[in-house]
Amino acid sequence: MGGLMVGGDAAAVEVRDVVVRYGDTTAVGGVSLRLPRGRVLALLGHNGAGKTSLLQVCEGFRRPDGGQARVLGLDPVGDHDALMPRLGIMLQSGGVYPWATAGEILRLFASFAANPLDTDMLLDRLGLRKFERTRFRRLSGGEQQRLSLAVALVGRPELVFLDEPTAGMDTEARHTTWQLIEELRADGVSVLLTTHLLDEAERLADDVVIMRAGLVAATGTPAELTSAAGIDVLEVRADPGLDLTGLRAGRTVTETSAGEYAITGSLDTAGLAEVLAWFARVGADVTAVNTRRRTLEDVYLSLTTQTPVGAAQ
Amino acid sequence: MSGTFAPAPGRAPMRTILGRQIRMELLLTARRGEAVVLAMGVPLLVMLGAGLFDVTNLPTDDRLGYVVPGVLALTVMSTAFTGQAITTGYERSYGVLKRLGASPLTRPGLLLAKTAAVLAQIVVQVLVLALVGLAVGWRPEAGALIPALGVTVLAAAGYSGLALLLASVLKPETTTGAATLIYVVMLSIGGIMFSAPALGAAGWFLLPLAAHAEALRATLMHGDAVPAGIWLALAAWAIVWPALAARGFRWE
Repeated sequence: MGGLMVGGDAAAVEVRDVVVRYGDTTAVGGVSLRLPRGRVLALLGHNGAGKTSLLQVCEGFRRPDGGQARVLGLDPVGDHDALMPRLGIMLQSGGVYPWATAGEILRLFASFAANPLDTDMLLDRLGLRKFERTRFRRLSGGEQQRLSLAVALVGRPELVFLDEPTAGMDTEARHTTWQLIEELRADGVSVLLTTHLLDEAERLADDVVIMRAGLVAATGTPAELTSAAGIDVLEVRADPGLDLTGLRAGRTVTETSAGEYAITGSLDTAGLAEVLAWFARVGADVTAVNTRRRTLEDVYLSLTTQTPVGAAQ
Repeated sequence: MSGTFAPAPGRAPMRTILGRQIRMELLLTARRGEAVVLAMGVPLLVMLGAGLFDVTNLPTDDRLGYVVPGVLALTVMSTAFTGQAITTGYERSYGVLKRLGASPLTRPGLLLAKTAAVLAQIVVQVLVLALVGLAVGWRPEAGALIPALGVTVLAAAGYSGLALLLASVLKPETTTGAATLIYVVMLSIGGIMFSAPALGAAGWFLLPLAAHAEALRATLMHGDAVPAGIWLALAAWAIVWPALAARGFRWE
């Protein structure tokens, strides 16, 4: 493929082979990803995986040391002034005058936009109305995060960057934020968010990019990631101490504890029938059968720790 | 799409953005009451101390006539340089500048808003000091107010530029230290309470406080024209530092 697309049909975000270095340390080692318009993409990874560095490149705060990024078809650094009114950016922390009140801050950023959202509505939606006259430095971490989110949204952006949007929030605020992000998507806003929370990525994202040590470890929809890994686990409770040799053809079988068997491998309908037929053939008394689909967490852990999940323990 | 969050992006008119940002800068300055008092306190003390009592040797018997212009120049530096550098340094460390950088406010817009807010503060401070001066017997010449105003705007723009540049290049703690040190050095040798060392035209560039004070004395004390060397030095300050600040200013 030639150059990255420009103009109105361009992807919300297109990143090609981006490298970010801090001195001798490589934070991002050549990452490519694409966020089509109107979708939600989650960058998932541990702290230090390179998520924020990549986001900084997309936001135009850093020029990549290699590769290129296009945001709404524009160069985030060179076209900074043209791009900013179209973006909503939520930074990881701080970023607000400590001595200004929540209401003053939100109204300031609203005044920068041509068609701002109603600030009272936003304060209500994010549960900040009672802190309208509270100075920023007196807000709790979660309240500061909610204000930061409000600031990102108030200009009615077409693309939002949310860096760890629910960090420091309590459960209720987290769910409010999730509903809000779902509403953004429904209203046609493109969303690129970073998170290390699997349930957050699984619930919100159309596409997940798992980052590990500055590289893309896996990418796909949550469903693709969990099934592409292809390992469903069949757990069978039967007589302990069976000789498993005959069952092992094309499968991994372990007796995880006395009488508990975990089977992975080809487990389509025919495969399942074969396994159960084998138990019948050896005369085992099967008392429980359980199938387990790999969760995003299994995939994530296996990719980020590089210890295969579902293998013998 | 017609939902609450349906995109409708756009930048408000630059006039609105600048107006609101200047208002916020002034609101926050007013809220740091102790900083305002300090910015006014030192000049007032110097004015009343050196202007009314023979605590220093001055090259004239008109003590107030000599000291008040110097104090006005000191106040301009204190607000446009020291205060501005310290505030901006901390705003950067709080991430405020980055946050503003991620908004429709442009970099020149922010620099302009900060400088305008500083000028507004200076107007108020100069008025208060001049009124106090007049109340204790300062009798300035009124014939050369326009050039006095001119050099003051140049000095303020130059100070503001250097402040923004320092706050961009140095860490906030270093900025605070450097800005305070420069303030003290200028206060000592800058020709406020004593005559500045005679260094010629280059000296005016190195000691802008002395240049500004001298220009204010020429105009307000004697009703004379501002020496060309001073115009040149302060104009250079007003061009060089803001230009470097605009190039080197970092949001982060």
